[in-house]
Amino acid sequence: MDFLLQPFQFEFFRNGTLAAVLIGGLCGLIGVYIVLRGMSYIGHGLSHAIFGGAVVSFVMAWNFYIGAGIWGFVAALLINQTVRRTKISADAAIGVITTASFAIGIALISRYRRFTRSFDAALFGNVLGVSQQDVLVVAGVTLMVGVLLFFCYKQLLFTTFDSNVAQVYGIQTEWVDTLFALILAATLIVSMQILGVTLIAAALVVPAITARLLTDSFNRMILISTLLGAVTGFIGMYLSYYVDVASGASIVLVQATIFGIALTVSSLRHRSAQRLLHTHI
Amino acid sequence: MRPIIELTHVTFSYSAAPVLEDINLHLHAGQFAALVGPSGAGKTSLLKLILGILSPRVGEVRINGQAHNSKQAPRIGYVPQLETVDWNFPVTVEQVVLMGAVRRSGIWPWPSNSERQHAHTVLKQLEIDHLAHHHIRNLSGGQQQRVFLARALVAEPDLLVLDEPTTGVDMRTAENVLHTLGDLNLQGMTILMTTHDLNAAAAHVPWVICLNRHIVAQGPPEDVFTVEILNEAYKADMLVLRQDGMLFVQQKPHGHSYHTLVPNPVPGGIPGHSMEKTDGLPASTVSV
Repeated sequence: MDFLLQPFQFEFFRNGTLAAVLIGGLCGLIGVYIVLRGMSYIGHGLSHAIFGGAVVSFVMAWNFYIGAGIWGFVAALLINQTVRRTKISADAAIGVITTASFAIGIALISRYRRFTRSFDAALFGNVLGVSQQDVLVVAGVTLMVGVLLFFCYKQLLFTTFDSNVAQVYGIQTEWVDTLFALILAATLIVSMQILGVTLIAAALVVPAITARLLTDSFNRMILISTLLGAVTGFIGMYLSYYVDVASGASIVLVQATIFGIALTVSSLRHRSAQRLLHTHI
Repeated sequence: MRPIIELTHVTFSYSAAPVLEDINLHLHAGQFAALVGPSGAGKTSLLKLILGILSPRVGEVRINGQAHNSKQAPRIGYVPQLETVDWNFPVTVEQVVLMGAVRRSGIWPWPSNSERQHAHTVLKQLEIDHLAHHHIRNLSGGQQQRVFLARALVAEPDLLVLDEPTTGVDMRTAENVLHTLGDLNLQGMTILMTTHDLNAAAAHVPWVICLNRHIVAQGPPEDVFTVEILNEAYKADMLVLRQDGMLFVQQKPHGHSYHTLVPNPVPGGIPGHSMEKTDGLPASTVSV
């Protein structure tokens, strides 16, 4: 028992674990919409764009959350508008806009080499720097996203299922997309410190696709994905403490392991169902 | 009486070349019309203009007297092509049908009792209420078509628009779908559908709009499905047959038929299967 409770003596671990559980659940929740929209790459791209925004915020001495938040939101909107108004596909738009934004960050880092170390943490995740204020920000964003997704459930479900048809049925799909861009940008910003820019995409996608393997119901998929995200956040933090690896990496590795198990179980179930079908034929 | 669909001098283009030119189209309440024309004629673009997904470059589109950007947007029930649906999306039949009620539903994520009851009444009307909790992938083509028709009807639309409702389903299912649409039209529903199946349109739809960038002709099938009009619309050599009071449309093969080129479809013949030619067409007789 002491073994399990020991890490909680440290404030950084308490803060980090709480943040990881909330972020894991949050990423799992909105990951469902990302995966079902076929935009799995957007988490990867936007986190890179936000990294550029974070560097700019640092250089301009802006508040990190506000600077990077606006940067990420604008990048997400630019991607949406590029896809809506031009012939450019989503993956190409994400590639151009987010990579250009990331390049701005890299250019500024190479110009002002003095803060390279703190941006290592942004790239790979580090729980040591999670303060109580950060936990409060994560909790606030989680609550805001939860409330928005709760009250926009029907609109988001229809827009995710078929955006063009949803528009015909009276849904303001442009507003729904803008709201989703805002939610995504906010989620990525609060996730950066724990998961790191390079690993956020996995935290968004892996719980959702694992849940998709386990159920054919949208509501159950949301529930499973959110729970998986939260639980793997917790387990990942323990692993990070005892194995002494970056928190983002350990969380994603736990998620990937559970995905592997779910994939095996789902394949076995599918095979046995087919065998049963052949027996009856 | 004001038409339900009102397109006035509508021109539309994606780039420089216009896809639709100077379209004037009026469809009145209670009409059942089929939009026909060759691939690339602009059928889908015209449908998207009517649905408000696209905006005309020139001209005006009004549904029930209202523009799409007006505060009180027109209520349209839309049934998309089955092939555009993501069948792996994790939703049940009931969830899809309830999407149709989104415009007037409350802020809570779950449907109200009256919404659910209305959805089940429509599902019952279309004889698929027993499938309410099935995943949409686990249905036959005809059932899938009726699910999306149910979603459109739950919206209580002024106008029902269907994009190729008979494509991708077998002949019997297509026949059933058209009968269902006919019944809905008899109950007063205004319906516009696109189709490539000219024979089905001739047999089931009382008004046909023949399109190829502009409206070539519109009217009852007997007036529109003539060799002259179809040749102009399809830029092909069309054949129109009348038998037992029905119209049949067919494109003539280019100068020859397959049978004149290959009188024996299996070189050497099939053992126990004799091939004879009668009136230029092969007749096969299976000897047992």
